Amino acid sequence: MKTIFRKLLGVGIAAGLVTGFTAVTGKTALAWEPVKPIQFVVMAGKGGGADKLARLIQSIIEKHKLSSKPVTPINKPGGSGAEALVYMKNHKDADHAIMVTLNSFYTTPMRQPRLGVDPLTFAPIARMAEDTFLLWVNKDSGIKNVDEFVAAAKAAGNKWIMAGTGKASEDNLLTDFLNAAYGLNMKYVPYKGGGKVAKQLAGNHANSTVNNPSEQLGFYEAGKTVALAAFTDERLPLFKDAPTFKELGKDFVYYMQRSVVGAPGMSADAQAFYQGVFKKVYDTPEWQTYMKKKSLQGELLQGDALMAYWKRENEVHRKMLIKMGAIKG
Amino acid sequence: MELLGLLSDGFLVAFEPLNLGLIVLGVVVGLFVGAMPGLGSVNGVAILLPMTFLVPPASAIMFLAALYYGAMYGGAISSIMLGIPGASTAVATTFDGRPLAMQGEADKALIAAALASFAGGTISVILFTLFAPPLASVALDFGDPEIFALMILAFATFVGLSGDDIAKTIFSICIGMVMSAIGFDIISGEPRLVLFDLIGFQSKINFLVLAIGIYGIGEMMWTIEVSRGETMMSKATITWDRTMSNLKIIWGTWKAWLMGSGLGFFVGILPAAGATPGSLMAYGVAKMTAKDPSRFGKGAVEGVVAPEAANNAASTGSMLPMLTLGIPGSPTTAVLLGGMVIWGLQPGPRLFVTETDFVWGLIASLYAANLFAVIINIAFIPLFLWFLRTPFTILAPLIFVLSMVGGYASTERMFDVWLMLILGVGGYLMRKLDYPVAPAVLAIVLGPIAEPALRQSLLISGGDAMVFVNRPIAGPITIIALVLLFLPAIQFVWRKYVRSTKQAAG
Repeated sequence: MKTIFRKLLGVGIAAGLVTGFTAVTGKTALAWEPVKPIQFVVMAGKGGGADKLARLIQSIIEKHKLSSKPVTPINKPGGSGAEALVYMKNHKDADHAIMVTLNSFYTTPMRQPRLGVDPLTFAPIARMAEDTFLLWVNKDSGIKNVDEFVAAAKAAGNKWIMAGTGKASEDNLLTDFLNAAYGLNMKYVPYKGGGKVAKQLAGNHANSTVNNPSEQLGFYEAGKTVALAAFTDERLPLFKDAPTFKELGKDFVYYMQRSVVGAPGMSADAQAFYQGVFKKVYDTPEWQTYMKKKSLQGELLQGDALMAYWKRENEVHRKMLIKMGAIKG
Repeated sequence: MELLGLLSDGFLVAFEPLNLGLIVLGVVVGLFVGAMPGLGSVNGVAILLPMTFLVPPASAIMFLAALYYGAMYGGAISSIMLGIPGASTAVATTFDGRPLAMQGEADKALIAAALASFAGGTISVILFTLFAPPLASVALDFGDPEIFALMILAFATFVGLSGDDIAKTIFSICIGMVMSAIGFDIISGEPRLVLFDLIGFQSKINFLVLAIGIYGIGEMMWTIEVSRGETMMSKATITWDRTMSNLKIIWGTWKAWLMGSGLGFFVGILPAAGATPGSLMAYGVAKMTAKDPSRFGKGAVEGVVAPEAANNAASTGSMLPMLTLGIPGSPTTAVLLGGMVIWGLQPGPRLFVTETDFVWGLIASLYAANLFAVIINIAFIPLFLWFLRTPFTILAPLIFVLSMVGGYASTERMFDVWLMLILGVGGYLMRKLDYPVAPAVLAIVLGPIAEPALRQSLLISGGDAMVFVNRPIAGPITIIALVLLFLPAIQFVWRKYVRSTKQAAG
């Protein structure tokens, strides 16, 4: 009885191996395909702009069946993206790990050389959009324009609270810009994620923020918060009443990339696969509507063009950090 | 009256055949997901989120909310039967649920958990229906000093308990705090406490890894030692008479139900908190207010009822900031929030005005989900008990394997599996040396909420600690917490004083 069972088992295993082998070889002849679920790392907390974005992309991929294996988001919010960057750098299966990034992609490795992360070693998959920043205050403050904001912040001095998303993050850079440009001394208080920052302002726990539109939209539409000015080249369609800082005579424009990167060491075949997937995501009506609704800007950048963009932005951020004294030149 | 009209419209939406079917399906999936260690409601909701594209948004959220609810019921099952918390929200349920099961009273614990979950769910949905918009503004008023004050209160409920050895309790809390400090520092963005320079310690210890290690592995080792290799079998049975007398006992704990529901709902509303701190705090308060706190940890029914009522109430509560503020009150609602964005709904204060069908359909579905969850859960209890009668020599390896899988599933890192084993040994040693484990678990859950709140408060106030006392909401909470914290010391001094005056008189 036992030997018969063993023989049957042996035949079964052999048959399984053969079919498995043919299946694998059949596939590689066509193109690279993921063989297990793809980890989609989010370098920000749940509920923040990057998180919502990752989950939107995930569902677009599922809806249009753009990947044969599921894409599963994982949040690694620690230390302005440091946790996620280290996680990606040490990832043992680079072909199945992609990440949605912001500008902390450049600044966090500069500020923490101990991490040993170089953003330019990551695989350039797609820049899906550039997010915009506005200066926000609570409606109860009665502040209606940048002049009134400057007057109030000057009077409050160090008691003026600017809430943001982490030390040396995008929000911190913008706060430093405002402090320098208008001679202010605002106090910067970091929080975990843009959603929490937005809530601090709506609950009057902070005096101002530099949230992205998508984070503040709910409170804005409810009439709780006001957008004073935008850090963009041109006025945003959703906030026509808010002038740009350029119009106000301060030549300062700042965008945040919403990009998808592959883990360092990702094979060229896998890169090509993901670039194809994200090109399709970009072209879906869902993505185009989302960009319009959340007032996202910028066109799709991939491969070498994206790498060139990273190199440029990396230098811009290095200069900004040196200027603010966060790193040495 | 307008409210009743809206709610009845909501029920019409919830009772459409498709929606009703999805609610029942969601509850069943949730029960399973909650009962499997490592697979909590977060994973369940996240995995199934993309599938909800096939149905309209209102049906989709009803399904996911039902799943969330079912998981709150299901988490208690493995907590009680195996001593492994099925989900982080059910950790507090192991404290007394497991001892009850070991004493052959698993039926009592399971029924108590199901009924308390029902009570917590229903009471909180009623509160939600009546007070959603005003409560949203309360959630907004909670700034950092208020959150920190609440965290001190939570710690105080655990320290200021008579019965346990206070020095050991404080020691246990300190261990928990140190462990919760591992990872990245939120204010400076630097890694800290990278123990032994291991890469794995560059991120914080996942709570489920810790809970499964300490409870699953530690508990199993402890039981093996106690049983000394004998084949132990649980005497769990269920009969009509037993059930009747159990119901009577459970009914007698109505105070713990009400307290757990109210506290859980409130903690759930606060952004950043969620069902895990809510259930732990409810356990602490139940123990503190009990006539005989020494029964807790040894199989007190209130110790099952309070956290189970609280975690269901908190899951309803955490929907409130999600819908009205667009801020998740718990990890699961964070995923749901992502879903709302995908479905094209803008969460925020205006949602109640612009999407009445969606909001009230969801609220009505919560009533329905609760009812189905309690019925399905109770119907399955005899099956669970039959499973529990398996000899421990068979159950132990099963617990071990489930713990391993659960530890790996939550983070997908082998490092965490090793860490879980080490923590399991640590948990076993703590039990052997008679250190209470619960305070350490509490510290690990609350530490990461308390620390940033403390530092952000002090940054805003310029280092002035009075910010916790002179604000209208934070002040009273802090004072109550401090009184509770020093209650044992005050009692100690008072007793000494009374004794010395007596001696002087005599």
